[in-house]
Amino acid sequence: MSAVTLEQPVGQTSSASKFIRRAPGILGLLFLAIVAVVEIVPFVFTVVNSAKCLPAINAAPWAFIPSSGFIDCRNEEGRPLPASAMTSGATFQPSLEGYQMVIARDLPRWFMNSVIFAAAVTICRILIDSLAGYSLARLKFPGNRLIFFIILGTLMIPGVVLIVPRFILLKQLGILNTYQGLIIPLAADAFGIFLMKQFFESIPRELEEAAEVDGASRLTTFFRIILPISTPALTALTIFSIQGMWNNFMDALIIVGTNPSLWTLTLGLSSLQGAGGETLIWNLFLAGAVITTIPMAIVFFAFQRYFVEGVSYSGLAGQ
Amino acid sequence: MAQSTTSPTAASPTRNATFKDKNRQEAMTGLGFIAPAFIILFGFLIIPMFVAGLFSLTNWDGITPIARGLITEENPNGAFDFVGLQNYNTILLQEGRRQESFYTALKNTIYYALGVVPVQTAFALVLAFVVNQKWLKGKGFFRTAFYFPSITSSVVISLIFMWMFSASGLVNTAISFLNPSYDPVTWLDNPSGTLHLLMNGIGINPTRDMLRVCDPATLQLWGCEVASIRLWDWLSGPSVTMATIMILNIWTTIGTMMVIYLAALQSIPSQVYEAATVDGASRVQLFRYITVPLLQPTTFFVVTIGLIGALQVFDQVYVMTSGGPANTTLTVAYLVYRSAFSDSRMGLAAATAIVLFVIIFVFTMIQRRITRESSGDRA
Repeated sequence: MSAVTLEQPVGQTSSASKFIRRAPGILGLLFLAIVAVVEIVPFVFTVVNSAKCLPAINAAPWAFIPSSGFIDCRNEEGRPLPASAMTSGATFQPSLEGYQMVIARDLPRWFMNSVIFAAAVTICRILIDSLAGYSLARLKFPGNRLIFFIILGTLMIPGVVLIVPRFILLKQLGILNTYQGLIIPLAADAFGIFLMKQFFESIPRELEEAAEVDGASRLTTFFRIILPISTPALTALTIFSIQGMWNNFMDALIIVGTNPSLWTLTLGLSSLQGAGGETLIWNLFLAGAVITTIPMAIVFFAFQRYFVEGVSYSGLAGQ
Repeated sequence: MAQSTTSPTAASPTRNATFKDKNRQEAMTGLGFIAPAFIILFGFLIIPMFVAGLFSLTNWDGITPIARGLITEENPNGAFDFVGLQNYNTILLQEGRRQESFYTALKNTIYYALGVVPVQTAFALVLAFVVNQKWLKGKGFFRTAFYFPSITSSVVISLIFMWMFSASGLVNTAISFLNPSYDPVTWLDNPSGTLHLLMNGIGINPTRDMLRVCDPATLQLWGCEVASIRLWDWLSGPSVTMATIMILNIWTTIGTMMVIYLAALQSIPSQVYEAATVDGASRVQLFRYITVPLLQPTTFFVVTIGLIGALQVFDQVYVMTSGGPANTTLTVAYLVYRSAFSDSRMGLAAATAIVLFVIIFVFTMIQRRITRESSGDRA
């Protein structure tokens, strides 16, 4: 089939054939644009609707132009205002009710827990993963390769399989429903070790040899010479860890799910459905969604390059 | 290693002794450096795998303290008993409610994977191909737009989709706007199978009576049960609600897959395309006869990680549906959770998890094999 179509005249300049040659490009661009819109629109409308009163969300989810200042969703008698009072056409009257409600439902605590959890795991990983990566990349010891394969092998263990045994283990260790219980099992990860190993292998050996001649120990060399020049890899590791932990749901659910004072943002958000009984309080949900997403969005836009590189790395690790 | 052989001092005997010493020291340092990571990974990933295997052979309920030990005649208040392969038998072979739950979950998960993986892979491939075109302006913008959902929490996205697909949500509003006669669909509480609806659409419309009948002689097969599930239900496809969760997952994952494809595309030398263009290949032909074959290893990778992810879908089900309506969004991962923490059947949950592990492991092995073979061909 290719042979036949390839023999069609190529150099023709008639506008019809020009159009045919261009059509796939135009269609491709159109496809790209449509998917981009579909990917972005939900976020835009989430932000917009998080600042509406509930009746306005239900009546006119599409209204996206805020008018006037923020209003109260209830009148002086405490009754909810009707939707007609809050939207007209594409405009709506913004309100902070959703944000006030979600903050009243303990969101600041969830936020703090998420920060503590993500920070603790990330600091542990920076230290433990890079030490392990350095050991595998540079130091000769018996079982070096075997340990590397075991570590890579753990990438194949699906998280779902760990639900039951991790619960059992942490319960036996007496650290279920504690910060330690949530942090320690995640304090090292195979992907981070792989990432650091790959990076250390790319550093010229001369640097360490020079330090060794000067009589520095391995530990000193590692902390004084190697780590300071490893910023790109450490940044990638940090970002991946923060993203993973900030969005982590299943581990948190199993380990601290029954202790509301340790809930992270994702756990807290998932508990909001029951907040209004049968009615779903959308502005509460959406405000929570926005607050949860903003920190990740900031990290993403500041370090976008590392996200993209990291994904390519995960491709390497999997092969 | 290179350094030790080129070192001129290694020859003298005294130096040799310190050299050995140094080797030993290096080995100690190496082990010391890797110990924390190894202990954590071993303790919280590898040992748990064995614990899961062990507990899948027990009838522990997850509540009685394990310290009470095995149930024996002297210890009737023990925590658990070894029941052999009974848990596996209960979910896989023995007819009943548990078997029905397991195969329902397996059926839903398979439909989910079959729907999600091909679609997201195809979308990601085409998007990456277009984004990689030289003439395209604003590459960075598109990459950001596609990738952003991937960095957002699954719980947040589940909440956003719950709202968008609610009865008066954005999706129904938009469809009503385009088609005023549209009868709003309750996306998130709709157990009817999408293939059912399709079959009804083309006139296959078994009545309630037909659905109860199972008579191979007269080819009345709809009501026949295979593994505790009626044939009609096996063939019903993902429910409308499950389809909504599938759309969510495709929407989230496209970006990640596209970035992986993009990295692979950028490693294809431009001369290959130039040569083909000189030979008169059109853009569509470039895509079909150059890009797709050269990206085959990447495609295997993308399909495998997509499959591994799809087989484990949990967060979205937990937040959006809890397995309902009518168990049509019950997935194997959610069933593991439900058996463990709602039904207090830890042993059964562990067995379900091990079965899921085996399924995922088989797919991973197949992928490694194919990838290795295809890269062997190229070498």
